Amino acid sequence: MKLMQGQFSFLPDLSDDDIRVQAQYAIDNGWAVSVEYTDDPHPRNTYWEMWGHPMFDNPDAAAVVYEVNACRKEHGSTYIRVIAFDSSPGWESIRMSFIVNRPEVEPGFRVVRQEGEGRTVRYTIESYAMREPEGSRYA
Amino acid sequence: MTDETTIQDARPTSVDLAAAFEESGVRDVLRELDETLIGLEPVKSRIRETAALLLVDKARRQMGLATETPTLHMSFTGNPGTGKTTVALKMADLLHRLGYVRKGHLVTVTRDDLVGQYIGHTAPKTKEVLKKAMGGVLFIDEAYYLYRPENERDYGQEAIEILLQVMENNRDDLVVILAGYADRMDRFFASNPGFRSRIAHHIEFPDYSDPELLHISERMLARQNYRFDEAARQAMAQYIAARRGQSHFANARSIRNALDRARLRQANRLFNEARGPVDADTLSTITEPDLRASRVFRGGLDAGLDGNRTTGQQAAE
Repeated sequence: MKLMQGQFSFLPDLSDDDIRVQAQYAIDNGWAVSVEYTDDPHPRNTYWEMWGHPMFDNPDAAAVVYEVNACRKEHGSTYIRVIAFDSSPGWESIRMSFIVNRPEVEPGFRVVRQEGEGRTVRYTIESYAMREPEGSRYA
Repeated sequence: MTDETTIQDARPTSVDLAAAFEESGVRDVLRELDETLIGLEPVKSRIRETAALLLVDKARRQMGLATETPTLHMSFTGNPGTGKTTVALKMADLLHRLGYVRKGHLVTVTRDDLVGQYIGHTAPKTKEVLKKAMGGVLFIDEAYYLYRPENERDYGQEAIEILLQVMENNRDDLVVILAGYADRMDRFFASNPGFRSRIAHHIEFPDYSDPELLHISERMLARQNYRFDEAARQAMAQYIAARRGQSHFANARSIRNALDRARLRQANRLFNEARGPVDADTLSTITEPDLRASRVFRGGLDAGLDGNRTTGQQAAE
C-alpha cells in the first residue's frame, strides 16, 4: 500500500528534478527546507528524524537534492520527506511537506479494535511494519 | 514518435550569435569589466574568450549539438591585490547571465571555512559551504593552504577529497574558482593532480604597472570624493615606485592602504592648520605633504624599525 502523506502523494514519485523545482519554490518564498527520514509510517508520527540541519541559508535547491541523495544512500529503505518551514510571524509552521523516498515494500496498515466499556469499540490503525523493532522494519 | 518530431521542430536551424550576445547581457558585464578594472589586459581577453566559448556552447546546445556541461572550474593566480576577488565577482555575474549557474552569487571562503579542527568536523563543514555555494560560484582564496604536505594527518586532505568529488559530480550546480599566488598554486596543483585536470581555465593576473597603479589610486580617491593636487600626484607616482621595491607590496591593496593613511594625515593637517572655515575643495584635496610624510620615502620598513608597532603590512605604508 503506497503511503499517502503530504503533498504530491497521489502523483507518481518525484524525480530529482521535480524535487529541485519544488524545493526552489520553498526557498524563493524564504522558507527553510530540511530533509527528514523515518521508518514509522503512522500518520500521527509527526516528528521524523532530522537529516542534518534545516537549510536556512542556501539560495539554491541543488543543495536539497544533494542532501536527499546523501540521505537515500544511508537510509534508502525508509521514508524520506522534504519539509519547508516558514518562520514568519503568524506561521512558524510547516508550509510544505512531501515524501521523496519510500521503502520498496510498504506492507500497509491494519485496523485494531479495542473493546471498551459497554458495547463501545475503539478503532485505531497500526502499520504492519511496526511489529518489527526499530531499525529492522523494511528489511 | 510525435514527441521526437516536435523536439526536432523546436530546435532552431540557425542561431544569431550577435543577438544571443545582446540578449544575454554579456555585453554589459564585459563593458563593466573594461570600465571598472584598470589594466589586466590578459585577464580581460581570457574572460572575453571564455564568454565567447560559453555563448557558442549555449548555441550548440540549443541546436542539439552539445549535451555535456563544459567544465567551468577555474584557477586565478597572481600576486596579492591584483583584483582576483573582483574578477571572480564579475565572473559569477557572467556565468549567471549565460545561464551556467542558476543564482550567480559568490561565496568566498578560505581554509578556515572548509577545514575542521577535529576528526569528523571537516566533512560536514566542507559540505555546508558547498551547499551554500550551489547555484553560484565558490571562490576559495589562498587555496594552497588546503594542502599541508608537512602534516600527513592534516584535515585539509579530507576537504580536498570532498571538493574534488563535488566538482566532478555536481558540475551543473556550482563553479569552483581557486585563487592564490602563482608559485604556491603551481606547487599545490603539482601535489594534487586531481585538481589540475578538473580545472579548465587557468587565468594569470599580472602585476600592475606604475602608471596603472597611479590611475587606480586616482580612481579610488574619486570614488570617495577626494582628489590629488598636481604636486601630490607627482608624489604618488614616486611613492608607487618606491613602495614596489619594499617588502609586503600588495599592488592595489597597498595603494588603498596608502590612501587611507594619506586621508588620515590630511584630516590631521586640516585640523591643526585650519583657522576659520574650510571649503569643500580643501576638504577633498590630498596635498603633497600628506603623502611625503609616509615612511616609504624614508626607505620603508626595511630601513628603519622605529618603535614597536612595525609588524605587518600596515606599518609599512
